[in-house]
Amino acid sequence: MKRYSAFAVAREALRYHTGWERAWRSPEPKRHYDVIIVGAGGHGLATAYYLGKNFGITNVAVIEKGWLGGGNTGRNTTIIRSNYLQDPSAAIYEKARSLYETMSQDLNYNVMFSPRGVMMLAQTEHEIRGYKRTAHANALQGVQTEWIEPARVKELVPIINLHGPRYPVLGALWQERAGTARHDAVAWGYARACSDMGMDIIQQCEVTGVRVENGRVAGVETSKGAIDCEKMGMLVAGNASHLADMAGFRLPMESVALQALVSEPIKPCMDVVVMANTVHGYMSQSDKGEMVIGGGTDAANNYTQRGSFHHIEETVRALVETFPMVSRLKMLRQWGGIVDVTGDRSPLISKTPVDNCFINCGWGTGGFKSIPGSGWAMAELMATGHSPLTEEFSMNRFKEGKFIDESVAAGVAH
Amino acid sequence: MLILECPYCGVKAEETELAAGGEAHLKRFGPGSDEDQFHDYLFMRENPKGVHFERWRHANGCGKWFHAARCTTTLEVFGTYSAQTYEPPQEIKDKVTAKRPGWSWREFSDGAK
Repeated sequence: MKRYSAFAVAREALRYHTGWERAWRSPEPKRHYDVIIVGAGGHGLATAYYLGKNFGITNVAVIEKGWLGGGNTGRNTTIIRSNYLQDPSAAIYEKARSLYETMSQDLNYNVMFSPRGVMMLAQTEHEIRGYKRTAHANALQGVQTEWIEPARVKELVPIINLHGPRYPVLGALWQERAGTARHDAVAWGYARACSDMGMDIIQQCEVTGVRVENGRVAGVETSKGAIDCEKMGMLVAGNASHLADMAGFRLPMESVALQALVSEPIKPCMDVVVMANTVHGYMSQSDKGEMVIGGGTDAANNYTQRGSFHHIEETVRALVETFPMVSRLKMLRQWGGIVDVTGDRSPLISKTPVDNCFINCGWGTGGFKSIPGSGWAMAELMATGHSPLTEEFSMNRFKEGKFIDESVAAGVAH
Repeated sequence: MLILECPYCGVKAEETELAAGGEAHLKRFGPGSDEDQFHDYLFMRENPKGVHFERWRHANGCGKWFHAARCTTTLEVFGTYSAQTYEPPQEIKDKVTAKRPGWSWREFSDGAK
């Protein structure tokens, strides 16, 4: 793999950019791999990357039914933060956030991580108490956040209306080192690094069946033929229940649509990320100048990557009150993704009833921010059978009553 | 836009009039059940790619609960029916079969047991 650098740009400039090579290979699947990862989104690719980097396991295939990063990895609002209330969540999201800080250097691929700060507005008395509690919890967890008063909110976000009729801004939970990154680049960067380690990334290859023999996965049937494996990782987000069904076990999971939209590009007006959980809306400005807006999930099961119009209407109606300038913006695009939501709104990173099959799903509306931490922990779980980061996220927690209850704090805009 | 006909008041209600109530035909387990039954009842949801049965409430209308048969991959509605039943009436099953031959869902619970 040729490394990207300022020197490489200069060199290519002198020869009409004829020397750039493909970022990753597109091989046909081999008959057998040590590890098969199903799902070439951020989580799947990150898992493969850390299997190679941290554990030297490189005979790996990452199988994808569509194209690389074409699911929720390419459909989110790119927010990265780790200001969670519960210890297990804070641990894995903070791990992820810290890995994002060095990801561009680590992968030799610019993921445009921008630690611009994330602000979660308190717009009711309950939220004030909730966020102050989170700030204290974060202090104990070693996650740097603070409670800020309305005057400071206005200083950071001049376009905000503090005294809206329905949703006054009463303060905010502020995480200065949180921010955004380029979502596609995260998938592309991991794919390039995986391919460089000799892993096969096989796109347009749909898994149609999972061969389970004597309680172990022997391999998968795909649209490109049968592939055998020693271990299998399922990282397919919204389709997790469907894939688990093929392997013969069930998940405590429902798949619903989550939508986002972007405006026309405008001049820089807001250099932080603002989330307003009371009104189910969050907004940031992309590097291109578009206002990126995310909303809440639909209520009913759905696999179509289309959501209900009235959810968008609700989100925008609320944002217009908090940010009056939004009322003058034209919206350019709107899209949906299928998110997998568990009973306690926290993910599953777990062994399964099938011996050598591991699952990582249920990130719901908070998958992008966790990609590197999730991959790091999943790789450790798959390679060694144990990871301190994943212990609490086991499938068995529902049976044991050990929920990681983030839904109270963040059932939406999570 | 999702439109469901309320089987009680006959109104063709659009989504903002309705409240979703999750998976239909759950068999409830309480005292006396074992851990697995209680766990499955509380957390293991049907999440099919295709034919699904759900509870809905005509919240901004007559206020009554009812059932709907829907497809989660096309958002097509096969029909709605009364809440006072342990499984879809034959007429609804026939409508589903007409459009999705060979469909399956989990076993319907028998309310008597």
